[in-house]
Amino acid sequence: MTENEEGWLYEISPKRKLIDLNFGEIWRYRDLLMLFVKRNIITVYKQTILGPLWYFIQPIFTAITFTLVFNKIANIPTGEIPPFLFNLTGITAWNYFAQCLTGTSNTFKSNAGIFGKVYFPRVIMPISNVITNLFKFGIQIGILLFAYFYILWTGIEIKPNINLLLFPVYIVMMALMGLGLGMIISAFTTKYRDLSILVGFATSLLIYISAVPYPLAEVEKEMPEYAWIVQYNPLTHIIEGFRYMILDTGIFTWGSFFYTLAISLILFFAGLITFNRTEKNFIDTV
Amino acid sequence: MRTILTAQNISKQYRLGLVGTGSLKHDLNRWWHMIKGKEDPYLKMGATNYRDKKAVEDYVWALKDINFEVKEGEVLGLIGQNGAGKSTLLKILSRVTSPTTGNIKTRGRIASLLEVGTGFHGELTGRENIYMNGAVLGMTKAEINRKLDEIIDFSGCEMYIDTPIKRYSSGMTVRLGFAVAAHLEPEILVVDEVLAVGDAEFQKKAIGKMQDLSHGQGRTVLFVSHNMASIQSLCTRTIVMDKGVINFKGDTNDAINFYLNNKNSFITKNFQDRQDREGNGKLEFIDYSITDHRNNRLTSLISGQKVIFKFKCRVKRKNLENLKVSFTVYKKNGELLATFMSQLTNESFSLNDSDEIIFGCVIEKLPFMGGEYNCSVIVWENENIADWLQNAFNIEVIDGDFFGTGKTVPKSHVSVLVSHHWYLPSNF
Repeated sequence: MTENEEGWLYEISPKRKLIDLNFGEIWRYRDLLMLFVKRNIITVYKQTILGPLWYFIQPIFTAITFTLVFNKIANIPTGEIPPFLFNLTGITAWNYFAQCLTGTSNTFKSNAGIFGKVYFPRVIMPISNVITNLFKFGIQIGILLFAYFYILWTGIEIKPNINLLLFPVYIVMMALMGLGLGMIISAFTTKYRDLSILVGFATSLLIYISAVPYPLAEVEKEMPEYAWIVQYNPLTHIIEGFRYMILDTGIFTWGSFFYTLAISLILFFAGLITFNRTEKNFIDTV
Repeated sequence: MRTILTAQNISKQYRLGLVGTGSLKHDLNRWWHMIKGKEDPYLKMGATNYRDKKAVEDYVWALKDINFEVKEGEVLGLIGQNGAGKSTLLKILSRVTSPTTGNIKTRGRIASLLEVGTGFHGELTGRENIYMNGAVLGMTKAEINRKLDEIIDFSGCEMYIDTPIKRYSSGMTVRLGFAVAAHLEPEILVVDEVLAVGDAEFQKKAIGKMQDLSHGQGRTVLFVSHNMASIQSLCTRTIVMDKGVINFKGDTNDAINFYLNNKNSFITKNFQDRQDREGNGKLEFIDYSITDHRNNRLTSLISGQKVIFKFKCRVKRKNLENLKVSFTVYKKNGELLATFMSQLTNESFSLNDSDEIIFGCVIEKLPFMGGEYNCSVIVWENENIADWLQNAFNIEVIDGDFFGTGKTVPKSHVSVLVSHHWYLPSNF
């Protein structure tokens, strides 16, 4: 029997480690990951007339609406920067976070069918979602660049900032935050459906306390007693930092940068732990 | 042969009723116990899985202390009535859910086939879905590339391979799904009833492929089915489950017999309670039994099995002669299917002074297809009907290996099975 005690490939048991990420296994399923990404991208706009153009339409129209409402009617100043470009920059960054969040938070619910039939590392799904959104984000950055150069061409002085070197870090932070928060929510929605309802309207409200349609300085000036809500919100610093490096406007401090980085990492690991605890048995409750 | 998989004390507990109402309270309670370092209070609870009884507890054990081993290259069958816990066990084996207690150790990769075409997306073409489904089942892109032509060929969907599968018929989708699954190369394959889909031709192909996997390539297979014929022809060893526990482990034929005989079959009215009899009443049917040739009682019959129908009569008048007996089998729609008459076989019986008599009718190879049948029974005394019970009892027949070839006949083609063979005659 001694030889039988060895050589087990793996064990199925109720015990679970706190973080049980098997990178080797995820790597083995990399083809599946890429197929999910491909599927997500090509199936969304199948049988639509405008197809991938929808990737352009949503941010442009949101930016136009924001410009009309907040800058033309409410007269929120955006300094030297044309309001449309200011809004488009904020929205582009926001969209990436928001899509990572909503996509991830639906992981268990929308994949219950496939998760109930076959095993693969569950974390593949949120990761594929983040990569899919990275692709959309790339397209939307393209629009941003287009608008940027158009405005340069009309003669308005805008210039990026040396912080542009931090661009990849910002993307990672947004992804980690969306992923982390999304995984926490997805884990809890398997039992308590309330959360999925909450996410829907919370993300659309969150945009207003994350300094997307206005500069952080403006809220500090106009509403100093409530400014802390916006200041403590790590998303604010992502949006502000994003505008700071691309448009050289707004507030950037290393303190807030590391604060945001720390929060994203905490959220990510908290998300990973809850996700891990849920993935083994969620099919019984979903 | 070495053991490739062992399951030890596998149990699985489910919560009854609505998840959500009260689950927060239980979760908090559980969490509180965990903090205090105590055992989960709800693990002690739990009723046995009697579906038809009223639930008295909030928790139920879908599986309770399951132990088994699978040897390398073995095809292990798993049978049991609905709710026996087969699917739960398969889910645990495929790591879709985890056991509440116990553990399973395995030496090989397990690929599970709980459904064909998992991960199919209607908007993707057949070809794209082959990649998708293959990857979901654990194949790498390179593996799929290598087998792509074979898979397409096996599916028989070559013409539509670049059409989105939402345009496929359901049969084609299933074929495509099975084609992918059939080309998996895991060490252990877990299969759930997937053979029950598709037309007869495809089923044959599927069974053939399964046989090839197990016998030809020496793959280890765990196979769940309600189809006794495919269990019989595929499995070397079979486990019978009931209400979450293993009731029988062993040789497939013994397991099938055990399963069929311990199944509660539907109850018809007792012969003794029947008032609607016809005939002169010199004899009266009081009971019947169906047994195999070793005198084991059967509650379900298998096509091709040797069965003996026995009828017990109470004798009202002594010294009867020239007794003849018959029973007739009807389909559920009332259509007459077959009659077994001692007049035809030229057998008649007589009795002296006993007050009971038992008639037996031997059927060497039960010629009926799987299904439910209704029987009526008559006894004659000197060409007069002594007792006639219509609607006397029901029999349930399970498709079996009638021809001894592992093949079953599609239901649309026959209503009775006839032994025969084919050859090439030298003259016409």
